[in-house]
Amino acid sequence: MTVDTRVRLPGLELKNPILTASGTFGYGLEFENYGDLRQLGGIAVKGLSLLPRLGNPMPRLAETPCGMLNAIGLQNCGVETFLRDTLPRLPWRETPIIANLYACDADEFAELAGVLAAAPGVAALEVNISCPNVKAGGIAFGQDPCMAGRLTEAVKKRAGNTPVWVKLSPNVTDIVSIARAAVLAGADALTCINTLTGVSVDIRTRKPRLANVIGGLSGPAIKPVALRCVWQVCRAVSVPVIGVGGISSAEDVLEFLLVGAHAVQIGTATFMRPDMAFRIAARLPELMAELGIDDLDSYRGSLKTR
Amino acid sequence: MCRDVKVLDVTPHGPHGAEHGFFTMRLENPGIAQAVAGQFLMVRAAAFGVNPVWPRPFSISRLTPDAITLFIQACGRGTDILAGLGAGDTVTIWGPLGQGFAMEPESRTLMLAGGVGLAPFVEYTASHPVPANLALLFGHRAPLDCYPYAAMADRIRTTTFLERTPADREVFIGLLDEQVAAYADGLIVACGPRPFLVTVARLARKYSARAQVSLENRMACGVGGCLGCVEKNALGGYVQTCTQGPVFWVEELQLTGDA
Repeated sequence: MTVDTRVRLPGLELKNPILTASGTFGYGLEFENYGDLRQLGGIAVKGLSLLPRLGNPMPRLAETPCGMLNAIGLQNCGVETFLRDTLPRLPWRETPIIANLYACDADEFAELAGVLAAAPGVAALEVNISCPNVKAGGIAFGQDPCMAGRLTEAVKKRAGNTPVWVKLSPNVTDIVSIARAAVLAGADALTCINTLTGVSVDIRTRKPRLANVIGGLSGPAIKPVALRCVWQVCRAVSVPVIGVGGISSAEDVLEFLLVGAHAVQIGTATFMRPDMAFRIAARLPELMAELGIDDLDSYRGSLKTR
Repeated sequence: MCRDVKVLDVTPHGPHGAEHGFFTMRLENPGIAQAVAGQFLMVRAAAFGVNPVWPRPFSISRLTPDAITLFIQACGRGTDILAGLGAGDTVTIWGPLGQGFAMEPESRTLMLAGGVGLAPFVEYTASHPVPANLALLFGHRAPLDCYPYAAMADRIRTTTFLERTPADREVFIGLLDEQVAAYADGLIVACGPRPFLVTVARLARKYSARAQVSLENRMACGVGGCLGCVEKNALGGYVQTCTQGPVFWVEELQLTGDA
Protein backbone atom coordinates (compact mmCIF):
# COMPACT_ATOMS: atom_id res chain seq x y z
CA MET A 1 0.00 0.00 0.00
CA THR A 2 1.29 3.42 -0.94
CA VAL A 3 0.32 6.17 1.41
CA ASP A 4 0.22 9.90 0.87
CA THR A 5 2.10 11.82 3.53
CA ARG A 6 1.81 15.22 1.89
CA VAL A 7 0.42 18.12 3.88
CA ARG A 8 -1.00 21.30 2.39
CA LEU A 9 -0.58 24.43 4.46
CA PRO A 10 -1.39 27.99 3.44
CA GLY A 11 1.15 28.94 0.78
CA LEU A 12 3.19 25.82 1.37
CA GLU A 13 3.16 22.11 0.68
CA LEU A 14 5.14 19.71 2.86
CA LYS A 15 6.22 16.30 1.60
CA ASN A 16 5.47 14.92 5.04
CA PRO A 17 4.22 16.33 8.35
CA ILE A 18 7.59 16.01 10.14
CA LEU A 19 9.30 19.30 10.89
CA THR A 20 12.01 20.04 13.40
CA ALA A 21 11.26 22.37 16.30
CA SER A 22 13.06 25.66 16.64
CA GLY A 23 15.87 25.57 19.18
CA THR A 24 16.41 21.83 18.96
CA PHE A 25 17.94 21.49 15.51
CA GLY A 26 20.46 24.32 15.41
CA TYR A 27 20.38 25.95 11.99
CA GLY A 28 19.96 22.54 10.34
CA LEU A 29 23.50 22.02 9.10
CA GLU A 30 24.56 20.58 12.47
CA PHE A 31 22.46 17.52 11.61
CA GLU A 32 23.61 16.89 8.04
CA ASN A 33 25.73 13.96 9.19
CA TYR A 34 22.73 12.22 10.71
CA GLY A 35 20.28 12.15 7.83
CA ASP A 36 19.23 13.71 4.55
CA LEU A 37 17.71 17.11 5.33
CA ARG A 38 15.65 16.72 2.14
CA GLN A 39 13.63 13.94 3.73
CA LEU A 40 12.16 16.22 6.35
CA GLY A 41 8.84 17.98 5.88
CA GLY A 42 10.47 21.21 7.02
CA ILE A 43 13.11 22.71 9.27
CA ALA A 44 12.31 25.38 11.85
CA VAL A 45 15.67 26.92 12.64
CA LYS A 46 16.93 28.36 15.91
CA GLY A 47 15.15 31.60 16.88
CA LEU A 48 16.59 34.62 15.11
CA SER A 49 16.76 38.22 16.24
CA LEU A 50 17.82 41.34 14.34
CA LEU A 51 21.14 41.46 16.17
CA PRO A 52 23.14 38.54 17.56
CA ARG A 53 22.22 37.57 21.12
CA LEU A 54 24.56 36.21 23.75
CA GLY A 55 21.95 34.15 25.58
CA ASN A 56 21.68 33.27 29.25
CA PRO A 57 24.44 32.41 31.74
CA MET A 58 25.31 28.74 32.27
CA PRO A 59 24.21 26.23 33.37
CA ARG A 60 21.43 26.31 30.85
CA LEU A 61 20.22 22.71 30.96
CA ALA A 62 18.82 20.29 33.50
CA GLU A 63 17.47 16.82 32.93
CA THR A 64 14.12 15.97 34.53
CA PRO A 65 12.01 12.78 34.54
CA CYS A 66 11.05 12.08 30.90
CA GLY A 67 12.10 15.58 29.96
CA MET A 68 14.44 18.48 30.43
CA LEU A 69 14.56 22.13 31.35
CA ASN A 70 16.38 24.68 29.26
CA ALA A 71 17.11 28.36 29.60
CA ILE A 72 19.21 29.10 26.54
CA GLY A 73 17.90 32.65 26.24
CA LEU A 74 17.72 32.74 22.44
CA GLN A 75 21.45 32.83 21.84
CA ASN A 76 21.71 33.29 18.10
CA CYS A 77 23.95 34.62 15.36
CA GLY A 78 21.54 37.33 14.21
CA VAL A 79 19.45 37.38 11.07
CA GLU A 80 22.14 38.83 8.82
CA THR A 81 24.68 36.08 9.50
CA PHE A 82 21.99 33.43 9.11
CA LEU A 83 20.86 34.73 5.74
CA ARG A 84 24.40 35.21 4.46
CA ASP A 85 26.23 32.16 5.81
CA THR A 86 23.71 29.45 6.66
CA LEU A 87 20.57 29.67 4.56
CA PRO A 88 22.38 29.30 1.20
CA ARG A 89 23.85 26.00 2.44
CA LEU A 90 20.48 24.56 3.43
CA PRO A 91 18.44 22.57 0.85
CA TRP A 92 15.70 25.20 0.90
CA ARG A 93 14.47 24.35 -2.60
CA GLU A 94 13.52 20.84 -1.47
CA THR A 95 12.73 21.38 2.20
CA PRO A 96 10.85 24.40 3.51
CA ILE A 97 12.91 26.41 5.96
CA ILE A 98 10.85 28.04 8.68
CA ALA A 99 12.49 31.08 10.24
CA ASN A 100 11.63 31.51 13.91
CA LEU A 101 11.57 35.19 14.94
CA TYR A 102 12.22 36.80 18.27
CA ALA A 103 12.12 40.54 18.96
CA CYS A 104 11.52 42.88 21.88
CA ASP A 105 8.64 44.91 20.45
CA ALA A 106 6.25 45.18 17.52
CA ASP A 107 8.49 47.48 15.46
CA GLU A 108 11.42 45.14 15.79
CA PHE A 109 9.25 42.14 14.93
CA ALA A 110 8.05 43.97 11.82
CA GLU A 111 11.56 44.88 10.73
CA LEU A 112 12.79 41.32 11.25
CA ALA A 113 9.80 39.94 9.37
CA GLY A 114 10.55 42.25 6.45
CA VAL A 115 14.16 41.10 6.26
CA LEU A 116 13.31 37.40 6.45
CA ALA A 117 10.32 37.49 4.12
CA ALA A 118 12.44 39.17 1.46
CA ALA A 119 14.99 36.35 1.55
CA PRO A 120 14.53 33.64 -1.04
CA GLY A 121 14.56 30.35 0.79
CA VAL A 122 12.50 31.34 3.81
CA ALA A 123 9.26 29.40 3.38
CA ALA A 124 7.42 30.67 6.43
CA LEU A 125 7.87 32.88 9.48
CA GLU A 126 7.22 31.46 12.91
CA VAL A 127 6.64 34.25 15.42
CA ASN A 128 7.96 33.37 18.85
CA ILE A 129 5.68 35.05 21.37
CA SER A 130 6.24 32.29 23.88
CA CYS A 131 9.89 32.04 24.89
CA PRO A 132 10.04 31.63 28.67
CA ASN A 133 13.74 32.44 28.88
CA VAL A 134 14.13 36.07 27.92
CA LYS A 135 13.56 39.16 30.03
CA ALA A 136 11.96 41.40 27.42
CA GLY A 137 8.82 40.17 25.72
CA GLY A 138 8.97 36.47 25.06
CA ILE A 139 6.35 34.68 27.02
CA ALA A 140 4.67 37.90 28.16
CA PHE A 141 3.77 38.63 24.53
CA GLY A 142 2.00 35.33 24.30
CA GLN A 143 0.05 35.69 27.53
CA ASP A 144 -1.99 38.70 26.46
CA PRO A 145 -4.42 38.31 23.55
CA CYS A 146 -4.15 42.00 22.60
CA MET A 147 -0.35 41.85 22.48
CA ALA A 148 -0.38 38.54 20.59
CA GLY A 149 -2.71 40.08 18.04
CA ARG A 150 -0.68 43.27 17.70
CA LEU A 151 2.59 41.42 17.11
CA THR A 152 1.00 39.04 14.64
CA GLU A 153 -0.40 41.98 12.74
CA ALA A 154 2.97 43.75 12.73
CA VAL A 155 4.69 40.69 11.27
CA LYS A 156 1.90 39.94 8.83
CA LYS A 157 2.06 43.49 7.38
CA ARG A 158 5.69 43.04 6.43
CA ALA A 159 5.62 39.37 5.50
CA GLY A 160 4.22 39.80 2.00
CA ASN A 161 3.25 36.40 0.64
CA THR A 162 5.32 34.51 3.18
CA PRO A 163 3.02 32.58 5.53
CA VAL A 164 3.08 33.63 9.16
CA TRP A 165 2.85 31.04 11.93
CA VAL A 166 2.48 32.07 15.54
CA LYS A 167 4.01 29.87 18.22
CA LEU A 168 1.86 29.79 21.33
CA SER A 169 2.72 29.33 24.98
CA PRO A 170 0.98 26.78 27.19
CA ASN A 171 1.69 29.01 30.21
CA VAL A 172 -1.64 30.79 29.95
CA THR A 173 -5.06 30.53 31.52
CA ASP A 174 -6.81 30.12 28.19
CA ILE A 175 -4.76 29.20 25.14
CA VAL A 176 -7.82 29.45 22.92
CA SER A 177 -8.19 33.20 23.52
CA ILE A 178 -4.58 33.74 22.42
CA ALA A 179 -5.06 31.48 19.41
CA ARG A 180 -8.16 33.37 18.34
CA ALA A 181 -6.40 36.72 18.70
CA ALA A 182 -3.50 35.57 16.53
CA VAL A 183 -5.84 34.19 13.87
CA LEU A 184 -7.94 37.37 13.85
CA ALA A 185 -4.73 39.32 13.33
CA GLY A 186 -3.93 37.25 10.26
CA ALA A 187 -1.90 34.23 11.42
CA ASP A 188 -1.80 31.60 8.67
CA ALA A 189 -1.04 28.79 11.10
CA LEU A 190 -0.38 28.25 14.79
CA THR A 191 2.40 26.25 16.41
CA CYS A 192 1.31 24.64 19.68
CA ILE A 193 3.16 24.53 22.08
CA ASN A 194 6.33 26.13 23.36
CA THR A 195 7.82 24.85 26.64
CA LEU A 196 6.12 24.88 30.02
CA THR A 197 7.91 26.93 32.63
CA GLY A 198 9.58 24.94 35.37
CA VAL A 199 12.27 24.89 38.04
CA SER A 200 14.74 22.26 39.23
CA VAL A 201 16.79 22.59 42.42
CA ASP A 202 19.60 20.75 44.18
CA ILE A 203 18.85 20.15 47.88
CA ARG A 204 22.53 19.66 48.76
CA THR A 205 24.09 22.72 47.15
CA ARG A 206 20.81 24.62 47.66
CA LYS A 207 21.25 26.03 44.18
CA PRO A 208 18.87 26.07 41.23
CA ARG A 209 20.00 23.74 38.45
CA LEU A 210 19.64 26.58 35.91
CA ALA A 211 21.45 29.87 36.31
CA ASN A 212 18.25 31.53 35.12
CA VAL A 213 16.35 29.59 37.88
CA ILE A 214 13.27 29.26 35.65
CA GLY A 215 13.47 27.33 32.41
CA GLY A 216 11.25 25.70 29.83
CA LEU A 217 10.17 22.09 30.31
CA SER A 218 10.10 19.90 27.21
CA GLY A 219 10.18 16.25 26.25
CA PRO A 220 7.78 13.31 26.56
CA ALA A 221 6.69 14.58 29.98
CA ILE A 222 4.71 17.41 28.35
CA LYS A 223 3.05 15.44 25.55
CA PRO A 224 -0.39 15.22 27.22
CA VAL A 225 -0.37 18.98 27.80
CA ALA A 226 0.57 19.60 24.17
CA LEU A 227 -2.15 17.24 22.94
CA ARG A 228 -4.70 19.03 25.09
CA CYS A 229 -3.64 22.43 23.73
CA VAL A 230 -3.70 21.25 20.12
CA TRP A 231 -7.11 19.65 20.61
CA GLN A 232 -8.57 22.81 22.15
CA VAL A 233 -7.04 25.15 19.58
CA CYS A 234 -8.01 23.01 16.59
CA ARG A 235 -11.62 23.07 17.69
CA ALA A 236 -11.59 26.84 18.07
CA VAL A 237 -9.80 28.11 14.96
CA SER A 238 -9.90 27.36 11.25
CA VAL A 239 -6.18 27.72 10.44
CA PRO A 240 -3.83 24.73 10.48
CA VAL A 241 -2.10 23.85 13.74
CA ILE A 242 1.43 22.52 13.95
CA GLY A 243 1.64 20.26 17.00
CA VAL A 244 4.79 20.13 19.11
CA GLY A 245 5.55 18.80 22.57
CA GLY A 246 7.09 15.49 23.55
CA ILE A 247 6.87 13.71 20.19
CA SER A 248 9.38 10.88 19.98
CA SER A 249 7.81 8.32 17.63
CA ALA A 250 5.64 7.99 14.54
CA GLU A 251 2.85 6.87 16.87
CA ASP A 252 3.13 10.17 18.70
CA VAL A 253 2.86 11.99 15.36
CA LEU A 254 -0.43 10.29 14.60
CA GLU A 255 -1.74 11.19 18.05
CA PHE A 256 -1.28 14.87 17.22
CA LEU A 257 -2.87 14.48 13.79
CA LEU A 258 -5.76 12.61 15.38
CA VAL A 259 -6.58 15.58 17.61
CA GLY A 260 -6.44 17.89 14.61
CA ALA A 261 -2.85 18.97 13.86
CA HIS A 262 -1.79 19.34 10.22
CA ALA A 263 1.88 18.71 10.93
CA VAL A 264 4.21 18.30 13.87
CA GLN A 265 7.61 19.39 15.08
CA ILE A 266 10.17 17.09 16.65
CA GLY A 267 11.98 18.87 19.46
CA THR A 268 13.61 17.32 22.50
CA ALA A 269 13.51 13.87 20.90
CA THR A 270 16.30 15.07 18.61
CA PHE A 271 18.45 15.20 21.73
CA MET A 272 17.59 11.56 22.44
CA ARG A 273 19.33 10.82 19.16
CA PRO A 274 20.24 13.29 16.41
CA ASP A 275 18.66 11.19 13.65
CA MET A 276 15.27 11.05 15.40
CA ALA A 277 13.34 13.32 12.99
CA PHE A 278 14.69 11.38 10.01
CA ARG A 279 13.75 8.06 11.60
CA ILE A 280 10.23 9.25 12.38
CA ALA A 281 9.82 10.59 8.82
CA ALA A 282 10.91 7.19 7.46
CA ARG A 283 8.71 5.25 9.85
CA LEU A 284 5.49 7.25 9.43
CA PRO A 285 4.47 5.83 6.01
CA GLU A 286 5.05 2.29 7.28
CA LEU A 287 2.90 2.95 10.31
CA MET A 288 0.18 4.56 8.16
CA ALA A 289 0.16 1.47 5.95
CA GLU A 290 -0.06 -0.81 8.98
CA LEU A 291 -3.06 1.14 10.27
CA GLY A 292 -4.71 1.47 6.85
CA ILE A 293 -4.37 5.24 6.68
CA ASP A 294 -4.16 6.23 3.00
CA ASP A 295 -3.63 9.93 3.48
CA LEU A 296 -3.37 12.36 6.32
CA ASP A 297 -6.29 14.55 5.32
CA SER A 298 -8.73 11.74 6.01
CA TYR A 299 -7.17 10.90 9.37
CA ARG A 300 -6.72 14.42 10.68
CA GLY A 301 -9.06 15.39 13.49
CA SER A 302 -10.90 12.07 13.39
CA LEU A 303 -10.81 11.56 17.15
CA LYS A 304 -13.97 9.81 18.27
CA THR A 305 -15.12 11.54 21.42
CA ARG A 306 -18.37 9.72 21.73
CA MET B 1 25.71 8.80 11.78
CA CYS B 2 24.10 6.92 14.67
CA ARG B 3 25.14 3.30 14.87
CA ASP B 4 23.81 0.35 16.81
CA VAL B 5 26.69 -1.64 18.25
CA LYS B 6 26.96 -4.72 20.41
CA VAL B 7 28.26 -4.52 23.94
CA LEU B 8 31.26 -6.87 24.23
CA ASP B 9 31.40 -6.74 28.02
CA VAL B 10 30.72 -4.57 31.03
CA THR B 11 33.00 -5.24 33.98
CA PRO B 12 33.60 -3.52 37.30
CA HIS B 13 37.12 -2.14 37.31
CA GLY B 14 39.25 -4.10 39.75
CA PRO B 15 38.22 -5.82 42.99
CA HIS B 16 36.73 -2.63 44.45
CA GLY B 17 35.20 -1.31 41.21
CA ALA B 18 31.69 -2.58 41.90
CA GLU B 19 31.62 -1.04 45.36
CA HIS B 20 32.69 2.37 44.03
CA GLY B 21 30.70 2.24 40.78
CA PHE B 22 33.67 2.23 38.39
CA PHE B 23 33.32 0.00 35.36
CA THR B 24 34.69 -0.58 31.91
CA MET B 25 32.35 -0.97 28.96
CA ARG B 26 33.73 -2.42 25.78
CA LEU B 27 31.76 -2.00 22.56
CA GLU B 28 32.34 -3.54 19.18
CA ASN B 29 34.02 -1.00 16.94
CA PRO B 30 31.68 -0.39 13.97
CA GLY B 31 34.50 0.98 11.84
CA ILE B 32 35.79 4.06 13.63
CA ALA B 33 39.31 4.24 12.22
CA GLN B 34 40.66 6.90 14.52
CA ALA B 35 39.85 9.28 17.30
CA VAL B 36 41.88 11.93 19.03
CA ALA B 37 42.25 11.33 22.77
CA GLY B 38 39.78 13.69 24.43
CA GLN B 39 37.08 13.23 21.81
CA PHE B 40 33.87 11.65 23.05
CA LEU B 41 31.09 9.32 22.05
CA MET B 42 27.40 9.71 22.77
CA VAL B 43 25.88 6.50 24.09
CA ARG B 44 22.22 5.59 24.40
CA ALA B 45 20.82 2.26 25.55
CA ALA B 46 17.41 1.07 24.37
CA ALA B 47 16.56 0.71 28.07
CA PHE B 48 16.76 4.49 28.43
CA GLY B 49 13.34 4.61 26.73
CA VAL B 50 12.16 8.18 27.26
CA ASN B 51 13.78 8.47 30.69
CA PRO B 52 16.49 9.68 30.72
CA VAL B 53 15.90 11.70 27.57
CA TRP B 54 19.54 12.56 27.00
CA PRO B 55 22.19 10.16 25.81
CA ARG B 56 25.39 10.12 27.87
CA PRO B 57 28.74 11.47 26.63
CA PHE B 58 31.93 9.53 27.42
CA SER B 59 35.45 10.21 26.36
CA ILE B 60 36.98 7.40 24.38
CA SER B 61 39.30 5.63 26.78
CA ARG B 62 40.75 3.28 24.19
CA LEU B 63 40.12 2.69 20.51
CA THR B 64 41.34 -0.40 18.68
CA PRO B 65 40.06 -1.91 15.43
CA ASP B 66 38.10 -4.45 17.45
CA ALA B 67 36.77 -2.48 20.35
CA ILE B 68 35.90 0.88 21.84
CA THR B 69 36.59 1.03 25.55
CA LEU B 70 34.77 3.45 27.82
CA PHE B 71 35.63 3.97 31.47
CA ILE B 72 32.52 4.98 33.37
CA GLN B 73 31.51 5.87 36.91
CA ALA B 74 27.92 4.94 37.72
CA CYS B 75 26.49 8.10 39.25
CA GLY B 76 22.89 8.42 38.14
CA ARG B 77 20.07 6.94 36.15
CA GLY B 78 21.83 6.84 32.77
CA THR B 79 25.12 5.36 33.96
CA ASP B 80 23.30 2.93 36.27
CA ILE B 81 21.40 1.54 33.26
CA LEU B 82 24.64 1.25 31.30
CA ALA B 83 26.33 -0.54 34.22
CA GLY B 84 23.55 -3.13 34.10
CA LEU B 85 24.12 -4.03 30.44
CA GLY B 86 25.99 -7.14 29.42
CA ALA B 87 27.58 -8.91 26.46
CA GLY B 88 25.27 -9.01 23.46
CA ASP B 89 23.15 -6.03 24.47
CA THR B 90 22.93 -3.21 21.93
CA VAL B 91 23.63 0.47 22.41
CA THR B 92 23.36 3.33 19.93
CA ILE B 93 26.45 5.48 19.57
CA TRP B 94 27.48 8.52 17.57
CA GLY B 95 30.90 10.05 17.34
CA PRO B 96 33.79 10.58 17.78
CA LEU B 97 32.62 14.09 18.62
CA GLY B 98 34.30 17.34 19.58
CA GLN B 99 37.91 18.41 19.75
CA GLY B 100 40.50 16.26 21.49
CA PHE B 101 43.77 17.06 23.21
CA ALA B 102 46.80 18.46 21.43
CA MET B 103 49.64 16.01 21.12
CA GLU B 104 53.18 17.28 20.63
CA PRO B 105 55.46 14.26 20.73
CA GLU B 106 58.60 16.35 21.24
CA SER B 107 57.18 18.47 24.10
CA ARG B 108 57.48 17.39 27.71
CA THR B 109 53.84 16.69 28.45
CA LEU B 110 52.06 16.48 31.78
CA MET B 111 48.70 14.79 32.09
CA LEU B 112 46.64 15.94 35.08
CA ALA B 113 43.72 13.67 35.90
CA GLY B 114 41.09 13.74 38.62
CA GLY B 115 39.04 10.59 39.30
CA VAL B 116 37.12 9.26 36.33
CA GLY B 117 38.87 12.02 34.33
CA LEU B 118 41.69 9.52 33.86
CA ALA B 119 39.68 7.95 31.01
CA PRO B 120 41.00 9.89 27.97
CA PHE B 121 44.58 9.61 29.12
CA VAL B 122 44.59 5.85 28.63
CA GLU B 123 44.25 6.49 24.90
CA TYR B 124 46.56 9.50 25.06
CA THR B 125 49.28 7.38 26.65
CA ALA B 126 48.76 4.43 24.32
CA SER B 127 48.91 6.60 21.20
CA HIS B 128 51.76 8.89 22.26
CA PRO B 129 54.83 8.19 20.10
CA VAL B 130 57.37 9.28 22.73
CA PRO B 131 56.21 7.98 26.12
CA ALA B 132 59.47 9.17 27.68
CA ASN B 133 58.12 12.72 27.28
CA LEU B 134 54.93 11.89 29.12
CA ALA B 135 54.10 12.07 32.84
CA LEU B 136 50.90 11.74 34.85
CA LEU B 137 49.70 13.24 38.11
CA PHE B 138 46.54 11.47 39.17
CA GLY B 139 44.33 12.49 42.08
CA HIS B 140 41.68 10.00 43.19
CA ARG B 141 39.33 9.13 46.05
CA ALA B 142 38.56 5.46 45.44
CA PRO B 143 41.31 2.79 45.65
CA LEU B 144 43.76 3.02 42.77
CA ASP B 145 42.74 -0.35 41.33
CA CYS B 146 39.31 1.10 40.56
CA TYR B 147 40.89 3.06 37.71
CA PRO B 148 42.59 1.97 34.45
CA TYR B 149 45.88 3.13 35.86
CA ALA B 150 48.12 0.07 35.85
CA ALA B 151 48.64 -0.10 32.08
CA MET B 152 49.65 3.56 32.03
CA ALA B 153 52.09 3.16 34.91
CA ASP B 154 53.91 0.46 32.93
CA ARG B 155 54.58 2.90 30.13
CA ILE B 156 55.16 6.32 31.69
CA ARG B 157 56.24 8.13 34.83
CA THR B 158 53.31 8.59 37.21
CA THR B 159 52.48 10.21 40.54
CA THR B 160 49.27 9.38 42.36
CA PHE B 161 47.52 11.05 45.25
CA LEU B 162 44.70 9.54 47.29
CA GLU B 163 42.35 12.14 48.71
CA ARG B 164 41.04 10.60 51.93
CA THR B 165 39.45 13.70 53.45
CA PRO B 166 38.60 17.14 52.09
CA ALA B 167 41.60 18.47 54.03
CA ASP B 168 43.89 16.45 51.75
CA ARG B 169 42.88 18.66 48.89
CA GLU B 170 45.27 21.43 49.88
CA VAL B 171 48.13 18.95 49.71
CA PHE B 172 47.04 17.86 46.25
CA ILE B 173 46.77 21.47 45.09
CA GLY B 174 50.32 21.93 46.34
CA LEU B 175 51.41 18.99 44.19
CA LEU B 176 49.58 20.43 41.20
CA ASP B 177 51.30 23.76 41.75
CA GLU B 178 54.75 22.13 41.75
CA GLN B 179 54.02 20.06 38.66
CA VAL B 180 52.48 22.87 36.62
CA ALA B 181 55.50 25.01 37.46
CA ALA B 182 57.80 22.20 36.35
CA TYR B 183 56.00 21.83 33.01
CA ALA B 184 55.53 25.54 32.30
CA ASP B 185 57.74 25.19 29.23
CA GLY B 186 56.00 22.05 28.03
CA LEU B 187 52.40 20.99 27.44
CA ILE B 188 49.78 20.30 30.11
CA VAL B 189 46.55 18.42 29.46
CA ALA B 190 43.89 18.02 32.16
CA CYS B 191 40.63 16.18 32.70
CA GLY B 192 38.58 15.91 35.87
CA PRO B 193 35.85 17.60 37.87
CA ARG B 194 35.25 21.29 37.32
CA PRO B 195 36.84 22.58 40.56
CA PHE B 196 39.98 20.65 39.63
CA LEU B 197 40.03 22.22 36.15
CA VAL B 198 39.48 25.68 37.61
CA THR B 199 42.55 25.11 39.78
CA VAL B 200 44.59 23.86 36.82
CA ALA B 201 43.59 26.93 34.82
CA ARG B 202 44.57 29.23 37.70
CA LEU B 203 47.97 27.56 38.03
CA ALA B 204 48.55 27.58 34.28
CA ARG B 205 47.95 31.32 34.29
CA LYS B 206 50.23 31.72 37.31
CA TYR B 207 53.15 30.01 35.56
CA SER B 208 52.27 31.02 31.99
CA ALA B 209 52.04 27.34 31.13
CA ARG B 210 50.42 26.06 27.95
CA ALA B 211 47.52 24.02 29.20
CA GLN B 212 44.36 22.38 27.92
CA VAL B 213 41.35 21.32 29.96
CA SER B 214 38.54 18.95 29.05
CA LEU B 215 35.21 20.24 30.34
CA GLU B 216 32.35 18.09 31.58
CA ASN B 217 29.46 20.53 31.01
CA ARG B 218 26.08 18.88 30.77
CA MET B 219 25.10 18.18 27.18
CA ALA B 220 21.77 17.42 25.60
CA CYS B 221 22.49 16.78 21.93
CA GLY B 222 26.30 16.67 21.76
CA VAL B 223 26.30 17.91 18.18
CA GLY B 224 25.80 21.69 18.45
CA GLY B 225 22.05 21.75 18.08
CA CYS B 226 20.84 23.13 21.40
CA LEU B 227 23.48 25.61 22.64
CA GLY B 228 22.97 24.23 26.13
CA CYS B 229 26.48 23.09 27.08
CA VAL B 230 28.16 26.45 26.60
CA GLU B 231 31.10 27.82 28.54
CA LYS B 232 32.07 31.47 28.88
CA ASN B 233 35.05 32.31 26.73
CA ALA B 234 37.78 34.85 27.39
CA LEU B 235 35.98 37.48 25.32
CA GLY B 236 32.78 37.22 27.36
CA GLY B 237 30.88 35.25 24.74
CA TYR B 238 29.95 31.59 24.82
CA VAL B 239 31.57 28.59 23.20
CA GLN B 240 29.94 25.21 22.80
CA THR B 241 31.52 22.43 24.81
CA CYS B 242 30.27 19.72 22.47
CA THR B 243 31.57 20.99 19.14
CA GLN B 244 34.23 23.58 19.99
CA GLY B 245 35.40 21.55 23.02
CA PRO B 246 35.28 19.62 25.22
CA VAL B 247 39.03 20.33 25.17
CA PHE B 248 39.99 24.01 25.29
CA TRP B 249 43.21 25.93 25.85
CA VAL B 250 42.82 27.63 29.23
CA GLU B 251 43.40 31.07 27.72
CA GLU B 252 40.32 30.58 25.53
CA LEU B 253 38.11 30.43 28.63
CA GLN B 254 37.36 32.43 31.73
CA LEU B 255 36.97 29.24 33.76
CA THR B 256 36.48 30.87 37.11
CA GLY B 257 34.11 29.97 39.90
CA ASP B 258 34.10 27.55 42.78
CA ALA B 259 37.47 25.85 42.87
